[in-house]
Amino acid sequence: MRSNKRQAGKVQKRRRGRWLNRLLSLHGVLGYIFLYAPIVILVIFSFNASRFVSDWRGFTLQWYTRLFGNQAIGAALRNSLIVAGASTLISTVFGTMVALAMERYRFRGKMAFDALLYLPIIIPDISMAVMLLLFFVLAHWNLGLITIIISHVAFNISFVAVVVRARLAYFDISLEEAAQDLYANEWQTFRRVTLPLIMPGILGGALLAFTLSIDDFVITFFTAGPGSTTLPLRIYSMVKLGVTPEINALSSMMLLASMGLVFLSLMLQKGGKGGMDIV
Amino acid sequence: MSTYAIQLKDASKHFGSVIAVDRVSLSIHDGEFFSLLGPSGCGKTTTLRLIAGFELPTQGDIYICGELQGETPPYRRPVNTVFQNYALFPHMTIFQNVAFGLEMQKVARAEIRQRVSEVLEMVRLPGMGGRKPSQLSGGQQQRVALARALVNRPRVLLLDEPLGALDLKLRKAMQLELKELQRRVGITFVYVTHDQEEALTMSDRIAVMQHGRVLQVGTPEQIYEQPASRFVADFIGETNFLEGQVKGRRGSEVAVVVDGVLTLHVPAERAVGMEDEVTVAIRPEKISLHAEPPDAQAVPGVVEEVIYTGTDTRYLIRLTGQTIVTVRQQNVAVGSSACFAPGTRLYLRWQPESARLLMA
Repeated sequence: MRSNKRQAGKVQKRRRGRWLNRLLSLHGVLGYIFLYAPIVILVIFSFNASRFVSDWRGFTLQWYTRLFGNQAIGAALRNSLIVAGASTLISTVFGTMVALAMERYRFRGKMAFDALLYLPIIIPDISMAVMLLLFFVLAHWNLGLITIIISHVAFNISFVAVVVRARLAYFDISLEEAAQDLYANEWQTFRRVTLPLIMPGILGGALLAFTLSIDDFVITFFTAGPGSTTLPLRIYSMVKLGVTPEINALSSMMLLASMGLVFLSLMLQKGGKGGMDIV
Repeated sequence: MSTYAIQLKDASKHFGSVIAVDRVSLSIHDGEFFSLLGPSGCGKTTTLRLIAGFELPTQGDIYICGELQGETPPYRRPVNTVFQNYALFPHMTIFQNVAFGLEMQKVARAEIRQRVSEVLEMVRLPGMGGRKPSQLSGGQQQRVALARALVNRPRVLLLDEPLGALDLKLRKAMQLELKELQRRVGITFVYVTHDQEEALTMSDRIAVMQHGRVLQVGTPEQIYEQPASRFVADFIGETNFLEGQVKGRRGSEVAVVVDGVLTLHVPAERAVGMEDEVTVAIRPEKISLHAEPPDAQAVPGVVEEVIYTGTDTRYLIRLTGQTIVTVRQQNVAVGSSACFAPGTRLYLRWQPESARLLMA
């Protein structure tokens, strides 16, 4: 008798659970639609034969061909890649060094440095942009690619350092001791043991830096000079004249590129995990 | 020229206000299996790290093979370490792990290959060179850690609780294997452990440590049979402590009165004065039980509790109002267990030299 009752209760519970599960799935699906519908629409309309977003006049690739013929966009893309490439390289090296120093050493004022490290991450872009502009003006530097690169390095170092530090937190220090015990000096220990093991973190930080740099508008806008227009600045000036399918096509291309980068970084992280004994 | 593999002279290590190692002096012979034994936090691992060079002594000197180490970095010391968690390089294969030390010493490629396969053979892991550490079991990883150190043919091998992570059965097997290996290769082993049984089983000599100090150094037998202090007697094996006062002296023996009623005659190995508070230590297996008093030395008692543990039966026996001692009897004959039931009055007897007189 009692077991029958319990069975019935179980069935009821299971039924209710099923409904809850369905609601939860629906919620998930709606969430994803909210996130991705605009992107899907953007991509679809980049193939629209009509000039206007409002009506669909059939499939075309003309916006893409026009895009590749646009020299101003080409130049902007080149600038963006230079800025992102250079700032990523510099900030990855320095960010990794900062992370190692913060994680490994005790020194006076470490707490203050630690807090300051997060400042570029939490500070509003616009404040940082104004500060940097002010700095360059006071230093009598001509605005251009160099000043953009310096500005991007200034915020990217923090992001790289934070990502690399997360990796270092899991690093088993006895691995370095083992290497030193096996006759490796400090440099050999770093190159053969430490660096390979934190490489996924470094690459992750570098990809984040690259993405942030290529995507940045506010800080770039303030620190750019004549002839140093990057892609986001170019798109902004194009949009002032109205959203064209050409911009949709450009955005779709950037979307593809950033998805590729994210995929790459995931693959790299996965590759690194096989070797790391972390959770 | 020195016959010592390792010498510590008044070596201390302070971490801020914490004294991890306190004026430790040790002389470890060439080819010896030497254990540092003590509870966690006693400074045994720090002592090992001082020898390896991972820490530099705050005071005192360390000699390896007669040479003063000073601030010599770990990679210039002729010792190798087997780490507690093995510390195998996860991004390298077993071969690369074992070859690492030889590679750093710029040994020729052909010789590296030869020596690595030899040492993998020795630790019974032949043909495993291509695997990654994560693909091996705990016991196998332990062997790789051993191989990685031994392949360099160090003068001294430092082992930091190398068997701590293994289960009991495997640990027992590895104890014998390690001891056998040490005899075969003839390398000095300095072995850190908190497991007294492990230390007794494997060591030629043991240093018992507490609060950063070495309390006693001796062979396993000396440490077990002649503990120098109450801590050593308590930490190594099981011991009954009877607290009392010195009330008399008869030849080489002193009479100790416990709880004011029970008089024990104990060999006086140390100078004690009348009325001194002392502790008498007797191992549970050194006491025999008798239904009738075998001689005048026997001490009467009442069985409080009988505990059957397979190989032995343990009796808790009340001697006086407050004093209860543990007696362990091997179960030699079948059915001999519980031959004294709780409540039985009986007599305890031990060889006089089995009792140790310790300062209270």
